[in-house]
Amino acid sequence: MAKVLEGLYYSESHEYVKVEGNIGYVGITDYAQHALGNVVYVDMPDVDDEVTAGEEFGAVESVKAASDLISPVSGVVVEVNEALEDEPELINADAYENWIIKVELSDAGELDNLMDAKTYSEFCKE
Amino acid sequence: MENKRTCLYDKHVALGALISPFGGFDMPIQYTNIVDEHQAVRQACGVFDVSHMGEVLIQGKDAERYVNHIFTNDVRNMPVGKILYGMMCYEHGGVVDDLLVYKKGEDSFFLVINASNIDKDWAWIQQQAAGFDVVLEHQSDQYGELAIQGPEAERVMEEVLGLACSELTFYTFKEIGKVIVSRTGYTGEDGFEVYADGAYINECWDKLMASGRCKPCGLGCRDTLRFEVGLPLYGDELSEDITPIMAGLGIFVKLDKDEFIGKEALAKQKAEGAPKKLVGIELADKAIPRHGYTVLKDGQQVGEVTTGYHTISTDKSVCMALVDASCAALGTELEIQIRKKTFPGTVCKKKFYEKHYKK
Repeated sequence: MAKVLEGLYYSESHEYVKVEGNIGYVGITDYAQHALGNVVYVDMPDVDDEVTAGEEFGAVESVKAASDLISPVSGVVVEVNEALEDEPELINADAYENWIIKVELSDAGELDNLMDAKTYSEFCKE
Repeated sequence: MENKRTCLYDKHVALGALISPFGGFDMPIQYTNIVDEHQAVRQACGVFDVSHMGEVLIQGKDAERYVNHIFTNDVRNMPVGKILYGMMCYEHGGVVDDLLVYKKGEDSFFLVINASNIDKDWAWIQQQAAGFDVVLEHQSDQYGELAIQGPEAERVMEEVLGLACSELTFYTFKEIGKVIVSRTGYTGEDGFEVYADGAYINECWDKLMASGRCKPCGLGCRDTLRFEVGLPLYGDELSEDITPIMAGLGIFVKLDKDEFIGKEALAKQKAEGAPKKLVGIELADKAIPRHGYTVLKDGQQVGEVTTGYHTISTDKSVCMALVDASCAALGTELEIQIRKKTFPGTVCKKKFYEKHYKK
């Protein structure tokens, strides 16, 4: 059973945002890492790149396929998780602990378009 | 159209396998994860349900002459019990399918073809038979198939399944009643394939699972295993547009035979040099080249990736790609477009990992 954490926001393409102040930690959900299987590469944007809600900002590659990362929020990338460059498998170990990018949110109102934990849990069961 | 299911489908579901469509069948892609299953085959033993593969029996007075007519390899002087790999080609040299030919008797040949090509192949085989005294029988529905692969495979075959096979050499087979056992596979490791009816295949599967000595493996790692040792997959490295000469498989094309379909085109291509060639490319970066990605030289497109992975056995991002012949020399510097960026790569041998066959 995939783990879903309370307090996070979730997208239909299985990314999450954890919000602290005006910063959002964006990663893929436990459901997504499980569906992908062994993660072997994470294609991340550069710091200062802009990301837009609903648009692709990188990719997570498992052994068998590449899967686009769709940003759940808009803003500027303030940090990328460099640990994933050498150890992409950290995403399989704990997808929530190992966020992919840290975004300075440009529009906190966008969070209303995302799912809460309960809704996302239901969504994954469908 | 509804996908077909193999005789082991319910057992895959019960094991919690991830099931996906492949070649018209609902097939297990993985049971646990691709890496563990891949390593099981490299280090010990894994079993694959490959019942989706197709089988055709060709018998009759002209069987040898007919098989040689449609097959690029040469079945003349082949002893009974021997197996040959090769292709069926079109007149223009493109490939209908790649296949194994088992010689069951002087007038009896058993063809093993790819699941995704079964209908096309069967139609092709029937079409070409006019004027030959042969009886063709499509037997795909009569056979299930297991591939038992890895350094422990021989012991597992003998001790768990009770199938004596130590005397079989590479690419030979024997028949035990209606069961066919061959020393073949698609992983680069020693191993065996067992063809039999669904009841017997189920019995074998249950014994293998109960023994704990053989890990169930899905098509996911079947692809990573064959890729690492440079074995082609129809649809990726061979196709109607990719000839065996382009794919570097000329040793399976016997141009000294009197005739076979595609001979003229392939002889011409061999003499003149193929316009495109299949190469290996190793990337410096960890980004992964995938099927269909563009290969460039100095910013100009020169080819396409056919299969690519971050290899499990050697931890490198590598691919096979079909490129212009002028870019195919070992050491040529190329680039691969991966999403928005290009990554430098170097042409290398297609074999990314050494095979461990028992000859």
